[in-house]
Amino acid sequence: MKSIFSRITLIGVVLFIFSFLMNSCSENIQSTEQVYQCPMDCEEGKTYSDNRGCPICKMDLQLKDKYSKVLADEGKIESASIFNLTSKWETQNNETIELKDLKGEVLVMVMVYTSCQAACPRLVADMRNISKKVDSKEVRYVLVSIDPEVDTPEVLKAFAIENEMDSEEWIFLQGSIDDVREFSNVLAVKYKQISPIDFSHSNIISVFDMAGVLFHQQEGLGVDNDETVSKIVELSN
Amino acid sequence: MIKIYLSIAVLLFSFIGTTQESTAMKKIKRGAFVPLYGSDSLGVYVPDFMLDVYPVTNQQYLDFVKKRAKWKKSKVLRLFANESYLRKWENDTILGPEMNKNSAITNVSWYAAKDYCACQGKRLPSMDEWEYAAMASEKEPNAQTDSVFNSRIIESYELPKTYKNKVGKKFKNYYGIYDMHGLVWEWTSDFNSVLISGESRQDVDTEKNIFCGSASINASNLMDYAAFMRYAFRGSIKANYNIQTLGFRCAKSIKK
Repeated sequence: MKSIFSRITLIGVVLFIFSFLMNSCSENIQSTEQVYQCPMDCEEGKTYSDNRGCPICKMDLQLKDKYSKVLADEGKIESASIFNLTSKWETQNNETIELKDLKGEVLVMVMVYTSCQAACPRLVADMRNISKKVDSKEVRYVLVSIDPEVDTPEVLKAFAIENEMDSEEWIFLQGSIDDVREFSNVLAVKYKQISPIDFSHSNIISVFDMAGVLFHQQEGLGVDNDETVSKIVELSN
Repeated sequence: MIKIYLSIAVLLFSFIGTTQESTAMKKIKRGAFVPLYGSDSLGVYVPDFMLDVYPVTNQQYLDFVKKRAKWKKSKVLRLFANESYLRKWENDTILGPEMNKNSAITNVSWYAAKDYCACQGKRLPSMDEWEYAAMASEKEPNAQTDSVFNSRIIESYELPKTYKNKVGKKFKNYYGIYDMHGLVWEWTSDFNSVLISGESRQDVDTEKNIFCGSASINASNLMDYAAFMRYAFRGSIKANYNIQTLGFRCAKSIKK
């Protein structure tokens, strides 16, 4: 008998641990306990449970929540910003970045693939024409590949050089198939692989402000880019 | 005696930890088919995969949201869901008065659906997988030529407010899957690969043969007509939309 109960206990414990593993998507609920910290952070992260004053600089302690909120506000990301995406991307220079690393620049984004013969060369030309007209150092032109299996950083680099887009303002990105799909949804770009080498896709150039919020979209190929250019100039000044 | 209580208590407690029940899945056996909207006329091959038996319910989604604060109605980022997200809910943790906990969750964005499935160790089905599983009637895996089955689907699309019904009340198909037709539309992972929305007519380079007119006119049977309605719907929505008649279910790949 004894062994049966201890076995049940054991099963229970295993299930309990397992249930925690299954809930890996749960987010930690923050403790409501009040934590104080020196506003000057004299003791590098040391916290107190009451406001006894900082022993070093003698200032009143602040509630840590408030303190970290001040810090968070500086790095605050707007609700509609693409900097909320946590996907990681490889650039043509073999650097791994997140979109929020591009914060503080006006972003002009398009989705293409380098082996494309039909629309992409024209879309790429549209991007280049826009960049010539805008002529600002505070703008980044981002080309995201919809064919990440083929468009490795090396392929993207070669494409950049070939198309005279190898300067600092041009960024080519390779992501995972899943992240590319997600990003296409952010840009409202539709695409579909129609053969092993070809994709069908919408031709949309998107302009994001420095906070990563969508500001303007130009749809179509070889369209008049005056409006797009003026929007980019408006944002970058 | 204490030991008995202790063991029972531990056992019960362990179940409390798993209140968010994951929907049972059934295997969809691999095969090829010609989707209405495919890459070419040769058809596509769908490998074996697992599919949820039911769409995700209001109760399941509520349990999920309680644990995953970023998907609470008041906290959700605008990038991931527009203002209609969980529109009928009372607040972050209470369903609306007219909502049944066993009805399919709707008014959820693609991003939310994707994250829900990921948290179950699953994923959204691809459009081809979904369409492949949806061809099955009660008796056959491919009922494309069964006219009675097809007119039943069309009729079920015409019924109003079916999103209010409970899951699992419609027929069980060949694979043991419920509610593929006549309850809610469902998100798929690559829904935005349908290039038949308004703007695509002028902006998309290679699509010339699937416009509203040509697709419906050339539709050779009723199955195509029903499928056309689904593809047209997918082509008209965006990932941050939250629609009253659009829910989702999860799928899973089978490791070889």
